[in-house]
Amino acid sequence: MSVREFAERGADLELVGIQKRFPGFTAIEELDLTIPAGSFFALLGPSGCGKTTTLRLVAGLEEPTRGRILIGGRDVTDTKSHERPVNTVFQSYALFPHMSVLENVAFGLKRRRIDDALGRAHEALRLVELDHLAQRRPAQLSGGQQQRVALARAIVNRPALLLLDEPLGALDLKLRRQMQLELKTIQEEVGLTFLHVTHDQEEAMTMADTVAVMNKGAIEQMGAPAELYELPRTAFVANFLGQSNLFTGAVAGSTDAAIAVDVAGTRLTVPTARARRHQGQVTIGVRPEKVTLHRDAPAEASDRNLIGPGRVIDVSFSGVSTQYLVAVPGMSTITVFAQNIGSGPVAAEGAEVWVSWQVEHGFGLDDEATEPVRFAADDDTRSIAAQRRDALVAELEEH
Amino acid sequence: MAFAAFQTAEAVPQAPKRHSRIALLLLLPGIAYLMLFFLAPLVSLLLTSLQAPREFGDIGQFDYAFNWQNYVTVVQSYLPHIMRSFGYALAATVLALLFSYPLAYFIGVKARRWPMLQALMLVLVIAPFFISFLLRTLAWKQILSDESFVITSLKALSLMAPDAHFTGTPFAVIFGLTYNFIPFMTLPLYTTLERLDLRYLEAGGDLYAGPFTVFRKVTVPLSMPGIVAGTLLTFIPAAGDYVNASRDFLGGTDTQMMGNVIEANFLVLLNYPAAAALSIILMAAILVLVGLYVKRAGTEDLL
Repeated sequence: MSVREFAERGADLELVGIQKRFPGFTAIEELDLTIPAGSFFALLGPSGCGKTTTLRLVAGLEEPTRGRILIGGRDVTDTKSHERPVNTVFQSYALFPHMSVLENVAFGLKRRRIDDALGRAHEALRLVELDHLAQRRPAQLSGGQQQRVALARAIVNRPALLLLDEPLGALDLKLRRQMQLELKTIQEEVGLTFLHVTHDQEEAMTMADTVAVMNKGAIEQMGAPAELYELPRTAFVANFLGQSNLFTGAVAGSTDAAIAVDVAGTRLTVPTARARRHQGQVTIGVRPEKVTLHRDAPAEASDRNLIGPGRVIDVSFSGVSTQYLVAVPGMSTITVFAQNIGSGPVAAEGAEVWVSWQVEHGFGLDDEATEPVRFAADDDTRSIAAQRRDALVAELEEH
Repeated sequence: MAFAAFQTAEAVPQAPKRHSRIALLLLLPGIAYLMLFFLAPLVSLLLTSLQAPREFGDIGQFDYAFNWQNYVTVVQSYLPHIMRSFGYALAATVLALLFSYPLAYFIGVKARRWPMLQALMLVLVIAPFFISFLLRTLAWKQILSDESFVITSLKALSLMAPDAHFTGTPFAVIFGLTYNFIPFMTLPLYTTLERLDLRYLEAGGDLYAGPFTVFRKVTVPLSMPGIVAGTLLTFIPAAGDYVNASRDFLGGTDTQMMGNVIEANFLVLLNYPAAAALSIILMAAILVLVGLYVKRAGTEDLL
């Protein structure tokens, strides 16, 4: 497809055996990825995981050390960025400061000599509700407005593939929600293929049809957001995409339906179908909101895992829910999210509690159990706070 | 709406005005300096330019008058020199820009990854200032004289006619002007290119512009402040220069510029009113040209 034509619809993107080395480090080890036409695909990962490099490779701003890039079945590995049917919404927006908003939006159309460039640019500006500011300079706009201009400047070209490089990072929460909705609407209306790079798990999950979690230059797991959340494959995914309580122990017995793991003397069961490893040392987990807090020892039940007694070491109230941190001897701190259905927290700090969850909510990870948890979500403040607290508690116990 | 920028500009005078004696006191040395060394000489020059020769006086004796015909006379007799001044200055400015832009681009953009190389190259640009420019221009006169190795070699290779000269020609003068003022072009260009955000160039490529179009539509407009500053810093002194075009340096009889004529009228012919009138014309012409140029370049949003 020539860059002179508008894309009728989105195009497939295929990355085959991509490797990218920079002097001194390898950004992408080995990457194979197929993004079907018309989908909204999110690459999610912490900073430095190679997601932005992947995007720049697709845009043609970097050359891969090895591997091929195909857009709509055509090999574009050796073509320059201006010859690819791809547009990017840059993280910094990169709006030309010496041109008006309208000239910025019309820039790509003029380069491709498309008729009525200014008319189409006005149309794109109307789509993002900024046509009344067409004659202003980018510097006279607010961050959110600049972001929308950057979006209009990319979308007006009707690229087969639209790349979004953390474009919502600089916006405040309300504006970000609004833009997420707008982006999703535009993607559905126009039917383009979107490749969205972000480190914000919530953004990735709300917007994308498919999320690929990237870590250390490779994709750890890929799938629909709900699938990834319910059944993470690795400790990295379990902790990066939301929070998880993880327990490591030896398999103590197994049936066709479930395996039992001995964790510090407590027997925890997980359905065989939801566990990746079935023998030896394994790590199993459960999401904090699936865990129930009990103030009295509940009766043992075969369909629930029960841990306790433990002590509440922290209660943080956040309006909708309350987060409890429960310390159980011999295990790592367990996090519990409880909806505030009653009025406020049900257990105070220092209270003796038990926690339980339904067996079918547990999941078993694929990681080597001996391996320490590979990733501490560095930009999730909640998990940083939890870790700090764990460290502090450990220190206090020593004294 | 579109005038938000102007609204803020209007808002400024509404700020409380305070006439402080201390502010005035602090300004005094500056004002005194300008009065003494700029305004007074300018008025004196203006008055001199209107003087008339003293009746039955000696050569070089003039009286204050309102002899505006001086201006007509000097323009009539020195029009070729005036045109030559601006022509040579323009040629030198264009040449300096053509040489400096790639150099400044290399130092400011390509060499960003190697700060040592950047520093070294900047030192090399500034290094010529360590020696007086009179000496450097004299050195060029030696290097390019008829008996020099360069010229005899060129003649031996039949690249120059046997009876041709290099010194004393317009080429030599433009060469000298370009050489002497290149650092004044390179440094402002370097400062703007050094701050050039390469993400704009990437965005240009992403929006279907080839490398040349990106250069024309993005790089050049964004480096306009440097281009304007550099061309002004080159053109203004080059138009008034009297060293390079002088017979003692790289020039000849046919290459005299306004500076040489002013010098000759002041020091040799002792025709002070003519020299003063020429000086005023030079200043006014530069002022008008520069004003038009800055307005045309339209760098207000970038400066």
